[in-house]
Amino acid sequence: MLNRITDALDFQAQALSLRSERQRLIASNIANADTPGYVARETNFAQALRDATGNGQPAAQLAASQPGHIAGNGPTSGATFSTLLYAAPSQTNLDRNTVDMDRERASFADNTVKYEATLRFIGAQVKATLSAITGQ
Amino acid sequence: MSMMNIFNVSGSAASAQSQRLNVVASNLANADTVAGPDGQAYKARQVTFQTQLVGANANDPTAAGVTVSNITEDQTPGRRVLDPKHPSADADGYVTYSNVNAVEEMVNMISASRSYQNNIEVMNTAKSLLLKTLQIGQ
Repeated sequence: MLNRITDALDFQAQALSLRSERQRLIASNIANADTPGYVARETNFAQALRDATGNGQPAAQLAASQPGHIAGNGPTSGATFSTLLYAAPSQTNLDRNTVDMDRERASFADNTVKYEATLRFIGAQVKATLSAITGQ
Repeated sequence: MSMMNIFNVSGSAASAQSQRLNVVASNLANADTVAGPDGQAYKARQVTFQTQLVGANANDPTAAGVTVSNITEDQTPGRRVLDPKHPSADADGYVTYSNVNAVEEMVNMISASRSYQNNIEVMNTAKSLLLKTLQIGQ
């Protein structure tokens, strides 16, 4: 029963985890904008979220070694990007750095807004669950 | 909390950029110094950046900070000006000035300050997102 309440939150939690991971990746690209030879990285968000939520594979199963144990799904770990892609350089650079600052800034702003959206979704779901529990 | 690492990433980049700004400042300050008694004028300095992984997992490329790997001296010969009356003139009457190129340094300064600003902005955004995350369910 209780896990039905929290299952709805799980999807958004995985999305939030991936968003924060992506935020860090873009921050790394921006930080290394002047590092010679640095290669900018990108992610496939949709694929990663599908991998994290679609299969429904928990990170670890709880062992039911005694007759009285209830079989249950273990906690799912925070989703991460299993494969990182390379951003295609739009302009070549003498020091072989492939960070495109305009694109990174745009991605950063986009990711910020979507992170906040996910936060709002979670907040609304928590509020809805609370009002269902209290019945008021 | 992978967002916490953003402060390490952007903080290391801001620190590296401020070191670059520092080097630019000393280059510009010494733009007009002449060779001392040893005959060696000031040589322009340049920082070299290098990627430094700062994540909890040392092989995680998503937390890539920056460090200053070394500071190199520009070895091109300094500007030589004929001025026999100058106290620092050599036997031929030439004064050797430092090899700082002021235009290059100004460009370097603007680039460093823009990159610094970018990193500060990233940290501000990450901070406000973290604060909002703390208010989930309130």
